[in-house]
Amino acid sequence: MNHAQSSPPRPTDVYFFATCVVDQFFPGAGMDAITLIERQGIRVHFPEEQTCCGQPAYTSGFPDEARKVAAHQLTLFPNDWPVVVPSGSCAGMMKHHYPTLFAADPVRKAQAEQLSARIYELTDFLVNVLNFQPEDTGGDCTVVLHTSCSARREMGVHLTGRQLLSGLKGVKVAQQDHESECCGFGGTFSVKQPEISGAMVEDKVKALKATGAERVVSADCGCLMNILGHAAWKDEQEGRKTPSLPGEHIASFLLRRTSK
Amino acid sequence: MSEHILEFKPAEGFRARSKAVVDNPFLRQSFRGAMDFLMSKRAAQFPDAEELESLRTLGESIRQYNLAKLPTLLEQLEANLTRNGIKVHWAETPDEANAIILGICHERRAKLMVKGKSMVSEEIELNHAAEAAGIGALESDMGEYIVQLANEKPSHIIMPAIHKTKEEIARLFADKVEGVDYTDNVDALIQIGRNVLRQKFLEADIGLSGVNFAVAETGTLCLVENEGNGRMCTTAPPVHIAITGIEKIVEKLEHVPPLLSLLTRSATGQNISTYFNMISSPRKPGEKDGPSEVHLVLLDNGRSQAYADEQLRKTLQCIRCGACMNHCPVYTRIGGHAYGTTYPGPIGKIISPHMLGLDATSTMATASSLCGACGEVCPVKIPIPELLMRLREEAFSAPHANPAMRGQGAGYSSLISAVWRGWAAVYRSPALYGVATWLGSRFAWLMPSKQGAWTSVRVPLKPAPKRLRDLLKERG
Repeated sequence: MNHAQSSPPRPTDVYFFATCVVDQFFPGAGMDAITLIERQGIRVHFPEEQTCCGQPAYTSGFPDEARKVAAHQLTLFPNDWPVVVPSGSCAGMMKHHYPTLFAADPVRKAQAEQLSARIYELTDFLVNVLNFQPEDTGGDCTVVLHTSCSARREMGVHLTGRQLLSGLKGVKVAQQDHESECCGFGGTFSVKQPEISGAMVEDKVKALKATGAERVVSADCGCLMNILGHAAWKDEQEGRKTPSLPGEHIASFLLRRTSK
Repeated sequence: MSEHILEFKPAEGFRARSKAVVDNPFLRQSFRGAMDFLMSKRAAQFPDAEELESLRTLGESIRQYNLAKLPTLLEQLEANLTRNGIKVHWAETPDEANAIILGICHERRAKLMVKGKSMVSEEIELNHAAEAAGIGALESDMGEYIVQLANEKPSHIIMPAIHKTKEEIARLFADKVEGVDYTDNVDALIQIGRNVLRQKFLEADIGLSGVNFAVAETGTLCLVENEGNGRMCTTAPPVHIAITGIEKIVEKLEHVPPLLSLLTRSATGQNISTYFNMISSPRKPGEKDGPSEVHLVLLDNGRSQAYADEQLRKTLQCIRCGACMNHCPVYTRIGGHAYGTTYPGPIGKIISPHMLGLDATSTMATASSLCGACGEVCPVKIPIPELLMRLREEAFSAPHANPAMRGQGAGYSSLISAVWRGWAAVYRSPALYGVATWLGSRFAWLMPSKQGAWTSVRVPLKPAPKRLRDLLKERG
């Protein structure tokens, strides 16, 4: 397992790599993450040419296509600032797989290594670089946290999300059954093996609901698409009008709880 | 390299088999309970994360050290076993291995073989071959015995009958074992099995076993077991035949204790197994027991294909503890039989393609969310998720000359490849990405309400009306 890297000095500027999922499906989460960082007195730069880290092709067995897309991202972050990614999964791709992906390309390998050293998953960045101490302004509530497998096992940043939530004095963090188990998303796995993926997300949603928490938060939008997508489907099936398991990106939750 | 191609194609029907289990709440609950039990047993053995990590690193280095020297070590092992009086046989294919074993049986006019637990004997389907040759092959490991009585295959490499409830076993014994009345008392059931087997150990002409570690420097076969049946199989009958894969070798005796500790703690959560047998020769003059002949059959069956590739070689580090299946959310949902391969679960997915060909197993590598739980618990640090991605690449790329694996390109589809090329063309170009996502956000209402397999249990995906880049522009 990889552990979060030792903390660098507090930067004045950071890059934000939104990920294609946040850009297209969870733009609010991206805005909230950016606002959270800016409120710490840091300038956030969003290189407009960014697209996707390349992971969908990479994990599906198409490394050449992943390389083409990844190569495009390599040159978008020229200054020596941290690159903050609001997803453990995409951050894991950029931090741990880019150097392997470009192992046979000396020029891009060097660029990839230079970039991967500066990649931070958002919650890791907030806790370990900014030492972010959230001041809770909300009332009492119970949430449940789902940590992605990449954040947990690849990035080793499974503690920072919990740390941030436990810093909110009105917030109780519930503990779900089989917490460390995958939600069943796995990119193309969800459509290539829909029966197994479906069983996994069904169990995950049951476990999350069983905690009685008001909402689920996660630092990965891939998992959220899967978990919230199944919860909403179940609500439709059972004729419920209000969501039985609302959820959002941890950045949105944190921003709301700390806004006056 | 093995040319043997089994007819069976496990990838075919995999989805149907998984669905059958997933749709069965009783089985779902039963596998979940069994895997939870095994996970908690293992966790209790490794309370100290740092100790575990350093032991895993040691296990990995020992396995890699020995694999690096594999050709030399195999020669050394053969020389030392031969010197000790153990006859060594080499088999490239399952057919060859069966022929060797049945040849020994015929020479001894053997009628009955008792078997200790051996996954390699399952791999070559020895029981079927023996039956066809008129030789009785009786499993003596309790789980294997149950599975054999039920005419099934093991569903787990360590717990062969983990898919069966005690009531099912009780019914099976009452139906299949002579003179036995129905009882679901576990102790009584075990006693029934023992009584049957005890007599067979005395009658058997051949004892067959697997091997957990073969030590090259001493010419020793190490066998890990809990029931004592392994010791009976290897000492009571006049002939002992051991069978194992060529990768199970270590150079030095001192390599065994760390691997043994990792094996029993990872597999069953035991500090040490009840029995640990070290077999270094047949019965010597003056000795009162032990077989008069000992044979070792070393099987390739695709292992040398894996060995030839630096990355794929890592599959051979495996010490067959089964921890990867116990921790796998996919195995937990579908159980072992759904895989259709001798070795199920994450390890099965990465070794079976070498045994059966990627053509027979091509879609199996897709049955993983790449969650990494397997790699995290593997006692010898096999990077299973990374190897699954490699198999996906081997399966889906266009067939080419000199592939690393038999069956490379078996899952190739020109359409799917074109889709990914199209995807890359859009995502490598900010302009095309901009247009495509802009259209997606403006015309989200056009998104179909049925989106293939995704919407079988989820609501459809809909892009947000404004992208993050739009929101940022508006904010200025």
